[in-house]
Amino acid sequence: MCEDCGCEEGNARVYFEHHHDHNHTHDTHSHEHDSAGSGGIHLHIYADKSTDLQENGVHIHIHLSGESQVQHVHGHDHSHEHHHDHEPEQASRDTREIVLESRVLARNDQFAEKNRAYLKQQGCVAVNFISSPGSGKTYLLEKTLEGLRGRVKCAVIAGDQQTDNDALRLQEKGAPVVQIETGSSCHLNAEQIGETLEQVLEEDTELLFIENVGNLVCPAAFDLGENIKIAVLSVTEGEDKPLKYPVIFHDAAASVVTKTDLIEHLDVDMGRYRDSLNKIQPGGRIFELSALTGTGMEAWLDYLEGLVH
Amino acid sequence: MHELSLAVDMVEQLCEVLERENAHRVVELTVVMGAMSGVERVPFEFAFPIAAENTPLEGAEMKIEEVPLVIKCDDCDLETEIQDPVMICPRCNSVSVEIVQGKEFLVKSMEVK
Repeated sequence: MCEDCGCEEGNARVYFEHHHDHNHTHDTHSHEHDSAGSGGIHLHIYADKSTDLQENGVHIHIHLSGESQVQHVHGHDHSHEHHHDHEPEQASRDTREIVLESRVLARNDQFAEKNRAYLKQQGCVAVNFISSPGSGKTYLLEKTLEGLRGRVKCAVIAGDQQTDNDALRLQEKGAPVVQIETGSSCHLNAEQIGETLEQVLEEDTELLFIENVGNLVCPAAFDLGENIKIAVLSVTEGEDKPLKYPVIFHDAAASVVTKTDLIEHLDVDMGRYRDSLNKIQPGGRIFELSALTGTGMEAWLDYLEGLVH
Repeated sequence: MHELSLAVDMVEQLCEVLERENAHRVVELTVVMGAMSGVERVPFEFAFPIAAENTPLEGAEMKIEEVPLVIKCDDCDLETEIQDPVMICPRCNSVSVEIVQGKEFLVKSMEVK
């Protein structure tokens, strides 16, 4: 469907700004446009299902600002009517405006949707783990894989800028692991995940962990096709960190505060961690745990198991 | 800095549109950037000319329209702009609020020739 005017038939596309009211019908669809903006150019290109534009399937209306010229080129049989009043000339005559309203991340989003459909078809839930470097994400994953062994069939995609150290650590835990080295890139994107899914998922994989590159900012902007995002932060990072990095903590279905075994050595207020998280994502689940001692791990494992069973 | 890869993606996307539209140069483009889009204005402005080098977007002026964060309360229907990303209704303290504006990251339009 055309993003701008809702044309649904064939390959109809309208990219151009409409500066005046008109309505018209085609043999395959009809629609109306409202006046918008104050410029002067209206250009409407329509191509129908036929790819043979020389024969059928193209009509062009061109209205140039400040000029009486109205040009219609019709290559197919249809009727239409429209009226328009041009504003005084404002735009330069040799330029024209294309209205897009398109998401910059559209390409990534297409891959993400493809991944989501594939994961659904495989009956697999995907969790996108996002945290700062050093939050204990990999260690938490190691202990999580250990804890879920025999309960949930897991797989892991691990993203890092360099080295496959994390993958090697995780491989010992009984789940298939594929490493993506992102090189200079600070995040995983949906295309990279798509290239890896078939390789990492086994027929009965139920839960896929995507360990994103350690970074709270960049990965938050990229939908990977996951079911949920989970934000991980450790008790040493500061109680107001969720408010400093609102995008990821708002988007995360759950947050995990790790390294709680260190609390006794720190001047840290867990109530303030909870307050920050509740402000940015009221109702989001919060897990406080120590992967080292195992405190709090059971609730976390139950939560993950609940995602798939 | 994911802004560079976003700028590269954007330039590629717009080059495809140019080709489709039989235009050969972008003079100006307008980008809409929400406060909660996860994209920072300054690094994106820094990255754009680098991404645009040797493309039909080289030299194009990029205008950025910043969109503030607006939440709507499900309980009292208040729709309000907020500065800090606190998802609590400032009128009734409800936590049943949703973001209605501020997540956008769009190319709104471009002036081409």
